[in-house]
Amino acid sequence: MTKLSGIAVKFSGVSRHFGEVRAVDRASFEIQDGEFFSMLGPSGSGKTTCLRLIAGFERPDAGNIAIHGANVEGVPPYQRDVNTVFQDYALFPHMTVLANVEYGLMIRKVAVAERRRRSQEMLELVKLESMGKRKPNQLSGGQRQRVALARALINRPSVLLLDEPLGALDLKLREQMQDELKALQRQVGITFIYVTHDQGEALSMSDRLAVFNQGRIEQIGAPAEIYEHPATAFVAGFVGVSNVCTGELACRLTGSAQAFAIRPEKIGMIAIREKAPEGWLLVAGRIRAITYHGATTRYAVALDGGGELAVMKQNAGNSGIIANIGEPVNLTWSRQLNQPLADEE
Amino acid sequence: MSAVYAQTSLTSRVSTALYLHPKLLLLLLLAPPLLWLGVIYLGSLFALLLQSFFYIDDFSGNIVREFSFATYEQLFTRANADVFIRTTVMAAAVTVAAALIAFPIAYYMVRYASMKMKAALYLAVMLPLWSSYLVRVYAWKLILAKEGIVTWFAEQLHLIWLLDAVLSIPLIGGPSLSISYIGSFLVFLYIWLPFMILPIVAALERVPASLTEASADLGATPNQTFRKVILPLAFPGVVAGSIFTFSLTLGDYIIPGIIGNSRPFIGQAVYQLQGTAGNIPLAAAFTIVPIVIMAIYLMVARRLGAFHAL
Repeated sequence: MTKLSGIAVKFSGVSRHFGEVRAVDRASFEIQDGEFFSMLGPSGSGKTTCLRLIAGFERPDAGNIAIHGANVEGVPPYQRDVNTVFQDYALFPHMTVLANVEYGLMIRKVAVAERRRRSQEMLELVKLESMGKRKPNQLSGGQRQRVALARALINRPSVLLLDEPLGALDLKLREQMQDELKALQRQVGITFIYVTHDQGEALSMSDRLAVFNQGRIEQIGAPAEIYEHPATAFVAGFVGVSNVCTGELACRLTGSAQAFAIRPEKIGMIAIREKAPEGWLLVAGRIRAITYHGATTRYAVALDGGGELAVMKQNAGNSGIIANIGEPVNLTWSRQLNQPLADEE
Repeated sequence: MSAVYAQTSLTSRVSTALYLHPKLLLLLLLAPPLLWLGVIYLGSLFALLLQSFFYIDDFSGNIVREFSFATYEQLFTRANADVFIRTTVMAAAVTVAAALIAFPIAYYMVRYASMKMKAALYLAVMLPLWSSYLVRVYAWKLILAKEGIVTWFAEQLHLIWLLDAVLSIPLIGGPSLSISYIGSFLVFLYIWLPFMILPIVAALERVPASLTEASADLGATPNQTFRKVILPLAFPGVVAGSIFTFSLTLGDYIIPGIIGNSRPFIGQAVYQLQGTAGNIPLAAAFTIVPIVIMAIYLMVARRLGAFHAL
């Protein structure tokens, strides 16, 4: 396999419209070779359409898509060096697990002995070596997901596309599969493009991620960069929880109308008599609501001058909850932790 | 203090009794259809089978109610064998042609048609079934007759030579389309086509579009995807449709009587034997033949794996 460039996939001003709806609106980005790249966004934000554009199931209305430097306009899916793990797995119900995995090799007319060997290898890779003779409807959700993965990987694509592959699994299995997927990606060393609406999944698995909103990319960056330095109010609100302060509230807190975001876990909650450290912001309020989350507790604090901030505390001590509803508290945090946000268009 | 659930009205008491005894409810629900199937449907079939083992006394013309293979000896004559072969070949030809025409229509309806277009196509497929079968067959006689629309159209296009060439084909040709096997074939095909389209549509509806995409994604050309994924999954629908078209053609006695070259089909033979000839045992034996042919047909279909994807 020849790699013409270090860039696996490149979008240049790509748009895809469905009637009035702009599913993808002038998207431009590059995905590096060997990268675990996530597309994160709410449903209908255009992330799945982007994936389908790369696979070739959709054609762009404007702009260019290049895979390994080659423009793929007019290239049908069956000639593209990418494979897809579908959201519903799309396993062929009339074939055995082995026949499903072998499918890509059979289509390419690989000799029977060779394709038996390689598909058996693939089944071992996803730990289903004993399931080859079963039909897909005799497998559990997690097992089907692995078959879909083995089937997509057997053609040794340069890019693997995954469309919310863990969406149908329950929480425990999902966490286990996240680890396995990440380990698998390191093992096979190919580019993974991963579509998800689960911000936790995107943060924990990706090398880089793109946050989609209404067909547009709001921000691209490494997980820590996206979380710590969200560029827009949408990113701040969609990735994790944020207090987004705008207008009058921002003015009252910082003396400037510049909108900013502050994470709930960065805010200190101190007794009303205590002083804030030098140079820190200080604002007084009353606890309006307390939500217990096990490892953490979240407090909604109504500020004295109006407005509300969420504050999150680790439940490190014995009792966990450190204040009661209605109690007056002071909130304080370093001014440097304020993350300035771009103006909304 | 113990509360009492009062069973006030009779209906609520009956409901409660049935809810507590689900097997009784099932029995009550299934009894009428099972009686219908068992007594009227299978019973008449059994009576038919029984009659075929009686025979006609040659001198008196009366039915002798004694077990005998005499009627079956009568059945397997050269002339009757021609009737079976003629009918079976026609049924097979109609079935194959119906499948070839129905599949693209069904595929279009399921995969490409908009909701409105789909509704319009459903209506177009079903609409002929709302009008009288006889009227439609006679309409076809007019269309196919020597003075009919087809001939007129061929004249306008200066294609009479083509029509004549088709009609001069030995065996299936004839003096005009309405008096030839080609004519009966066309009308059979027209009349039974909806029964092929609808099961194929139902089968294709159950094949998710993502399977087609997955196949293309793994490198299959549209042709390969059709052969490896779509056709195997839609095949039970084709078989279901073919059971309709095949058995309906096997049993029909009206179409070949109105359009065709007056050589009898199985249905017509049965009609004549039980009516004018009054030979009920031979008529019964005749009707056993399509049942046997269908049984063989289903066995072959099963052997071909038609029911694997069910």
